[in-house]
Amino acid sequence: MRPALKTPQMMQAGEALTIDFGGERVLLDPAGIAFFANARMLVVSDLHLEKGSSFARRRIFLPPYDTPATLARLAALVAKYEPTLIVSLGDSFHDDEASARISAHTVRAIEALAAGRTMVWVTGNHDPSPPANVPGDSVKSLAAGVITFRHIAEKDHAGCEVSGHYHPAAILRGRGKAVRRSCFASDGARLIMPAFGVYTGGLNVRDRALEGLFDLGAFRAYMQGTDRIYPIGWRDLIG
Amino acid sequence: MSVIDTSRPARADMFALPGPFVDWFSTKGWQPRAHQLELLAKAEAGLSTLLIAPTGAGKTLAGFLPALTDLTRRGRPKPGTIKPGVHTLYISPLKALAVDIERNLGMPVGEMNLPVTIETRTGDTPASKRQRQKLAPPDILLTTPEQVALLLSHKDADRFFADLRYVIFDELHSLVTSKRGQLLALGLARLRMLQPELQTIGLSATVAEPDELRRWLVPQSDGADALSELIIVDGGATPEITILKSDGRIPWSGHSARYALPDVYEAIKAHGTTLIFVNTRSQAELIFQALWTLNEDSLPIALHHGSLDVGQRRRVEAAMGENALRAVVATSTLDLGIDWGDVDLVVHVGSPKGASRLAQRIGRANHRMDEPSRAILVPANRFEVMECQAALNANYLGAQDTPPIEPGALDVLCQHILGMACSAPFEADDLYAEVTGAAPYADLDRQTFDRCVHFVAHGGYALQSYERYAKIKQTKDGTWRIAHPAVAQQYRLNAGTIVAAPELTVRLVRPGAGGKGRGGRVLGKIEEIFLEQLVYGDTFLFAGKVLRFEGIRESEAFASNAPTLEAKVPAYMGGKFPTTTYLSAQVRKMLADPGQWHRLPAQVSEWLGYQKQNSLVPGADEMLVETFPRGERFYMVAYPFEGRLAHQTLCMLLTRRLERAKARPIGFVASDYAVAIWGLKDMGAMIGRGDLSLTDLFAQDMLGDDLEAWLDESFVFKRSFRYCALIAGLIDKRHPGKEKTGRQVTVSTDLIYDVLRTHEPDHILLQATRNDARAGYLDVGRVNALLARIKGRIVHKGLDRISPLAVPVMLEIGKEPVISSETGDALMAEKALATEALVREAMGEDMVGG
Repeated sequence: MRPALKTPQMMQAGEALTIDFGGERVLLDPAGIAFFANARMLVVSDLHLEKGSSFARRRIFLPPYDTPATLARLAALVAKYEPTLIVSLGDSFHDDEASARISAHTVRAIEALAAGRTMVWVTGNHDPSPPANVPGDSVKSLAAGVITFRHIAEKDHAGCEVSGHYHPAAILRGRGKAVRRSCFASDGARLIMPAFGVYTGGLNVRDRALEGLFDLGAFRAYMQGTDRIYPIGWRDLIG
Repeated sequence: MSVIDTSRPARADMFALPGPFVDWFSTKGWQPRAHQLELLAKAEAGLSTLLIAPTGAGKTLAGFLPALTDLTRRGRPKPGTIKPGVHTLYISPLKALAVDIERNLGMPVGEMNLPVTIETRTGDTPASKRQRQKLAPPDILLTTPEQVALLLSHKDADRFFADLRYVIFDELHSLVTSKRGQLLALGLARLRMLQPELQTIGLSATVAEPDELRRWLVPQSDGADALSELIIVDGGATPEITILKSDGRIPWSGHSARYALPDVYEAIKAHGTTLIFVNTRSQAELIFQALWTLNEDSLPIALHHGSLDVGQRRRVEAAMGENALRAVVATSTLDLGIDWGDVDLVVHVGSPKGASRLAQRIGRANHRMDEPSRAILVPANRFEVMECQAALNANYLGAQDTPPIEPGALDVLCQHILGMACSAPFEADDLYAEVTGAAPYADLDRQTFDRCVHFVAHGGYALQSYERYAKIKQTKDGTWRIAHPAVAQQYRLNAGTIVAAPELTVRLVRPGAGGKGRGGRVLGKIEEIFLEQLVYGDTFLFAGKVLRFEGIRESEAFASNAPTLEAKVPAYMGGKFPTTTYLSAQVRKMLADPGQWHRLPAQVSEWLGYQKQNSLVPGADEMLVETFPRGERFYMVAYPFEGRLAHQTLCMLLTRRLERAKARPIGFVASDYAVAIWGLKDMGAMIGRGDLSLTDLFAQDMLGDDLEAWLDESFVFKRSFRYCALIAGLIDKRHPGKEKTGRQVTVSTDLIYDVLRTHEPDHILLQATRNDARAGYLDVGRVNALLARIKGRIVHKGLDRISPLAVPVMLEIGKEPVISSETGDALMAEKALATEALVREAMGEDMVGG
């Protein structure tokens, strides 16, 4: 997994790009969340909370500020969109015990996020069990109309699907340099969310792990710019 | 200190040597040299000594003579007695050098039948042999700085080193300027703690400040300036250095020196073995390729640089040792003192960029010090002609410009603290006293030391949430000890200060294999940052071949033989040294004195004459700033002559100031000599009207807030942070059971950096990073010296067109990557528009946007 740049500016308000997905109006925010306007649903994926303390268990001491930093970024977006429903699409916690390790301060921060709205935790490969200590429901997947929400994309899925897991990133070349950014990856039927946690890296969308998931003719990498989303076609991306 | 005339043998002192040595010298018909006996006498008197001597002066034998005589007196251990520990430690910066010494030293030891065992221990030594060495140590152990750190981290280090008498540091001048040298200095402090009586012997090429090395060799305490003894051996015969005289046209800029290669080829033909030194790997590839197109006689000419596959390098080295090659094109990997057979000519392509560097490279030719070395300098462009002339003058004067020794880095200290805890529990007071005995850490304050201990323990964060996972813990008796044996294992896998940029192995596959290639011969390694910018079908020069890029899979890149001879030149990073302060000052003087120009080639003196006529020639202590319009843009070209790194930093800062002055700068480029900044407003007119003051623009306070603000954002800083994080042990280089390549580091240091900078900007690792970036990549010291030097001495010349002196730097525009703080949004926006246009074209205008 490779680093994908998350500049501090991305924490500020940026201009979302509106796309049509499964008949829904979806706002892709350059900070890395998708907002389903009709349902007032905010979708975020791969928060990887407590990744710092997870590494600390192996005596690798990353700065212990990742969980509050990630939640603060999310809180800013919740304030911006005022959703009635928040869906965290899996790998919300970096390991299965992480939700039990969180500080009282973090519990309060999550409670504040969930207050007055529905909070749904989709389980992921990093956090297969329902989280402890935090408000909200835990589900394996979620269906809303023609759209299914789950952590890992299923190759044979027929309808529309929103997932996370792969931490998609895209690389462009030009002007004598390469630009690498996290992105939303979609072909109109499938949408893979970028990873949101401050310690999450990115996997090139052209990696073989994602082979066969997209109709490449209709594919767009919605790259996260400083304050905008830039949709890029498959042929401009490098491997 | 003693300065010794080596032409005088020292027969009178022969009795100082044990019998077998006297016999051996006379059998060989040799006599020990004066400095060899002098060093022996000082060692016998219990003194540590620095020996500065040119190549070929018998430096190595001098260094080992005290150990060999002492061991001979000691005799073989009696059967049944416990074998003593290591008697002498020899430390060299290169594995190959240790192996080479084993061979060279083995010869006299064997011939004299001395009771001395000699073994090497490097990263290549098999585990079984290393294990045996710990149980039955050799008398003389030849090793590298990393192995010393590892040996010291073991529990039985005290027993292993209990009998240590001498520590010999070879190529000390090269060791001390790096973090490796700093770690080694800390290791030496520990060796001294284990064996207070030990003596050091430093072997060095000529340096600018010998006292720095003398300090390094002996313990420092309480501000007293302790120095080792010093022996300087005068250089042998004066080298014959010439600057290549070519009928070819000397280019304005560039580094290929293509114009001179027919002359270089003739020189190769006229000599037995020629070493061709270049400054960068890409230059090495280019010149090697170009020489082969000229090589009608099919002379055996080889290529050698640090990126090539090890096997390939070893084959070249072996062929060199057998005198089977006529020429080798090499980068600095061949700088150090390995015996390379009979080289009778050194060709230096491009300016050596420093007087000492030239001297050290010329030393490669002709190991017999009483015969003069021959060298030809080949300037690649017109400014380099002046630089080569300055380097040549400096060589006759014996001027030296080796860099000063930097204070010890904190990331290195953190690594050492953990290593010491792995060896034995320590009291903070004791370890602090020990490390401040090492010269690079003599000024370390206690508070900073304690912060390093806390960093090692649990990250040293203000928010102390990791204490229960600590690597080292303070126990009730006050000592710090490792929390778990796994910590020691983790330390050993990460020890050392050599952190390479992430690299990919390059394999040769059949054409068309794309990223699905498999197997294929390994050609070497190239920085990932370069390979990532290639797309399928791009051609580049590497390993002496024109290759076509096929693709990347995991940590390997695949390339095939290209069907063309034209290649996009690898721009991957490869040690571009900036011109030293000394050499830059000489070039400024040369430029300022038209009386000296007749010594330069006619093409160059004419060029300078035109500059005098069309613009002006600045005085040696002045800085010229020219402004002129060109195309749609307005240019400002300044000539600070402070080297590329300092110029890049200067440009970044100037651009910020010009933005504030509303000059609307849009780009810049920096060479070793000049900087060019261009913008949309007429900066010359602004200066004329008084809207822009050059005094304010170049005021020293730019190193204050502007620097801090830019520093934190710069990619340079993030790169430094990654190195510090790996050396300090924040993240693992490798983890037990998992070989990680740069591509697989689980958390990117860029992400860690962003979080740390936001939440704890004063963290010890950010402090270490700032120190590194200022001294290294940014050359802030030189920018500061420049701004002080030119205060009140800036001369402005407003021109209506480009001046002759500006041509070289203007030609760099477009060739050198323009470094900018641009986020990449512009590129994404451009491609997004292209995507949209394509869709419109394919689907019809009215279909889009619905």
